[in-house]
Amino acid sequence: MTEKEESVKLLGFWASPFSRRVEMALKLKGVPYEYLEEDLPNKTPLLLELNPLHKKVPVLVHNDKILLESHLILEYIDQIWKKNPILPQDPYEKAMARFWAKFIDEQILTLGFRSLVKAEKGREVAIEETREMLMFLEKEVTGKDFFGGKTIGFLDMIAGSMIPFCLARLWEGMGIDMIPGEKFPELNRWIKTLEEVEAVRGCIPPRDKQIERMTKIAETIRSA
Amino acid sequence: MAKKEESVKLLGFWISPFSRRVEMALKLKGVPYEYLEEDLPKKSTLLLELNPVHKKVPVLVHNDKLLSESHVILEYIDQTWNNNPILPHDPYEKAMVRFWAKFVDEQILPVGFMPLVKAEKGIDVAIEEIREMLMFLEKEVTGKDFFGGKTIGFLDMVAGSMIPFCLARAWECMGIDMTPEDTFPELNRWIKNLNEVEIVRECIPPKEKHIERMKKIIERAKSTF
Repeated sequence: MTEKEESVKLLGFWASPFSRRVEMALKLKGVPYEYLEEDLPNKTPLLLELNPLHKKVPVLVHNDKILLESHLILEYIDQIWKKNPILPQDPYEKAMARFWAKFIDEQILTLGFRSLVKAEKGREVAIEETREMLMFLEKEVTGKDFFGGKTIGFLDMIAGSMIPFCLARLWEGMGIDMIPGEKFPELNRWIKTLEEVEAVRGCIPPRDKQIERMTKIAETIRSA
Repeated sequence: MAKKEESVKLLGFWISPFSRRVEMALKLKGVPYEYLEEDLPKKSTLLLELNPVHKKVPVLVHNDKLLSESHVILEYIDQTWNNNPILPHDPYEKAMVRFWAKFVDEQILPVGFMPLVKAEKGIDVAIEEIREMLMFLEKEVTGKDFFGGKTIGFLDMVAGSMIPFCLARAWECMGIDMTPEDTFPELNRWIKNLNEVEIVRECIPPKEKHIERMKKIIERAKSTF
């Protein structure tokens, strides 16, 4: 297929960290794509057709291939468009990047969102548990500009879309200073550096709109 | 590092599908390794030292490198030992294999055990939900010897360790025929094929002992929230 015929579409949602991180990767690699906004929770017929199994965004459509699951999409993008690689070459470093990526979307997301909102053991305990998890990331990024080293990589996109540009808005809405400068100097430094990267800047959900949204979701979870 | 100095250790647990699938990969690639059995639920000091983040098996120790999370370990093994590759080369096919592997562990496992034991919506509903999920795999393996094609691959190891050699033992304990031949001819064929692969056979938890253990797990699960 010639370059002219190449077609990339991304079905996404402005507030979804899973969707935003895919945009970061496409932008970093200079891949032209058509963005289709899902108006969640209403699901368009297109979404239901492309992702009948999970009915979730993001969905990447590359020519006739349909891809789901943000981590898998990122890995696919990295293999197809070789410019500005986002995963390390070394098998062990690649494994570590994948390990921490899972940790963020599984452990940190659960503790830092649902568990915190429900705070069954008490809010202070939930905050401490989340901070313990974040401390692992604090160590991982110590002495580096980014998790990916000198340039942003897979883990920066996953952690960035999830933590400063999603969960932190929830925490702010709840009046929680989850990652104070004195406890998390490296993470704070990383966030500042991240915000200056062009491929990232275009992928940050508008702050106030997102704080409002996260606060509503928290209400729904609490009353369930 | 000279080949002689290469050291591979696997911290595992005999009934853990996560641990068993890693053994399949190591055996397929002919990688010599030292196996250390964790006596779960007690956690050895070695486990706590090697995997302080999750405190779970499997943990692979390759020379001085520590790896945890079975999918991450399998990918690492595939990249480090190149013979008998377990993932396809094509990026899209690789993505699909990874997708279905996630599906097995993240979609099938959560509905495949606990909801059956608790059977809050009624056991028939729970069984139907599981069968719906399994139908996706039935389609995936249609017309192939294995998910990996002519030889076993990543998805065979993930699905094999989880479904026939783990969940199916629980289903048997509960007297459930989850994948009857007439509804799931392809999956049944696949299971027969798997059972004939020598390295897979070596990684199947012994049936009697497994079912006995499953009974205890089910009892315990029934009596908790």
